[in-house]
Amino acid sequence: MSLLELRKLNKHFGGLHVTNSVDLTLRTGEIHCLIGPNGAGKSTLFRLILGEHHPGSGDILFAGENITALKSFARIHRGLSVKFQVPGVFKGVSVRQNLEIALQSRHRGAELEAEIGRLLAFLGLESEQAQIAGNLSHGQKQWLEIGMAISLKPRLLLLDEPTAGMSPEETHMTGEMVQRLNADGMTVLAIEHDMAFVRQVAHRVTVLHLGQVFAQGSIDEIVADERVAAIYLGQAHA
Amino acid sequence: MRGFLSLFRHLEGPQTAGRGPAFWSLFSLVLVAACAYPLFSDGYTVGNTVYFFVWVFIALSLCLIWGYGGSLSFGQTAFFGIAGYGYGVLTINFGSAYGFTLVALVLAIAIAALFALLLGYFMFFGRIAGVFLGIVTLAVTLMLERFMAQTAGPEWHIGSARLNGFNGMSAMPPLTIPWPGEPLVLFADIGLYYVVLGLLVLVYLGLRILMNSAFGNVIVAIRENPERAEMLGYDIRKYQLITFVIGAALAGLSGVLYTVWGQYITPSSMGMTAAALPLIWVAVGGRSDLTSTLIGTLAVLAAFQALTIYGSQYALVFMGVLLVLTVLIAPNGLVLGTMNWLGRFAARFTQRAG
Repeated sequence: MSLLELRKLNKHFGGLHVTNSVDLTLRTGEIHCLIGPNGAGKSTLFRLILGEHHPGSGDILFAGENITALKSFARIHRGLSVKFQVPGVFKGVSVRQNLEIALQSRHRGAELEAEIGRLLAFLGLESEQAQIAGNLSHGQKQWLEIGMAISLKPRLLLLDEPTAGMSPEETHMTGEMVQRLNADGMTVLAIEHDMAFVRQVAHRVTVLHLGQVFAQGSIDEIVADERVAAIYLGQAHA
Repeated sequence: MRGFLSLFRHLEGPQTAGRGPAFWSLFSLVLVAACAYPLFSDGYTVGNTVYFFVWVFIALSLCLIWGYGGSLSFGQTAFFGIAGYGYGVLTINFGSAYGFTLVALVLAIAIAALFALLLGYFMFFGRIAGVFLGIVTLAVTLMLERFMAQTAGPEWHIGSARLNGFNGMSAMPPLTIPWPGEPLVLFADIGLYYVVLGLLVLVYLGLRILMNSAFGNVIVAIRENPERAEMLGYDIRKYQLITFVIGAALAGLSGVLYTVWGQYITPSSMGMTAAALPLIWVAVGGRSDLTSTLIGTLAVLAAFQALTIYGSQYALVFMGVLLVLTVLIAPNGLVLGTMNWLGRFAARFTQRAG
């Protein structure tokens, strides 16, 4: 069963083809990692999936429904959620209020309080709840944003470099967090450069290069692929 | 009933400074003092205080749109002027009998709000943001000023109301409340004072409730990070538009009350100086907090008037200097900065005492 299906997705800025006829299918329940050198079009692909950019041509299907023309917030209502590359927390307000903003459309009153408490515990941010989010460490901001993203109980969670700037321990903890979410039934698509993280969580890996799907398979297959090693070393055209 | 009572829970919260018995005791004290004040003053001074109060509504509107919502509207005066002229046109044509001035007040505000709905729709659904929002709104208010300024000829009239160009429109009836026996005519002294004070308290408390509600949470979220807010499933354009319309209605209320107060309205009420001054009041007080905006606006207005005695040009220069100093010393506003400092001081004191 596929949850997300990208069909011949094209996006170009002027003459630059950022995504070039990308076909990608995400199975329900998998953790799928998207890797590729800088400029491969990974973040653009996310923006297309989220509706921040609109494709020149091609279709995006989510749970069988064509969502290509939907606005971003409507896609979120369908069950998509995202953690951005640069932590997109609400910096000027408290950690608790960040979560309240995320949760308030689904819960009210005592139920809302309980949900906030549960999420704070899951993220390990209980003692930071009264802090202004802008004062958190980089890793904590990442977790807070993951918390906001999962508070929507999405069917598909998009993570854009969830471990960027994290220590190896924090990266590992984030990996465990993702695995726990996945065990609860969340499908995950993650852009990630940290191979330890990819190895820890990914069921399947897609390599994007110059806006095209370059290779796909298990992490072991990808690592063994000499062509993939070559593009990372910048020798694809050699 | 319970739903109604739960509203009062939101009177305090993370979005508004001031909470707990100490704050509300002080609030009650100030309110009692404000109610008793006309008994110890003369009609002229009370009327002058009404004049100060009138401006607070437009300041609060800017606090809402800019301070909380993060969208700098440079043209709140457009709604001020539209509502002011609206009241004039309506009452000059239909008079003040049967409480029509009250209907005119509501209608004039509705016209301003409707105009904001139209303008805001194109701005927010056209995704105009940041400095461009300021430019568009400023252009609108200056355009209205220019337009009204050239309506001096007798051909410019709506019904029996002459627009009068740069001289402005005057001689509209004051607010008149129908009353058994003789109607209450609210001239710019004690009568109008209590009405405006009542409106001020209502609007202030209402906005506190609004900002601490779920709606206020989303408004602040849009200020902090619009992309994140949208990616939590909020249609931010709708929230921005609603905020803008509420703000326009408040600016309109200011406009009507100003017109009622002096029984005149001129195009310069929508001009450059008029558009810039509310920004200064709000920035100096503390744009991201209702109480700071309220206190700051009254303080700056009083200082401005005191200085105007020595020459209005100097007073304007002083306003500019005040704005620069605020931005340099206390970017969040002088009143808000002081309140936060006092809050920290009090917290440290109670900690030590405990």
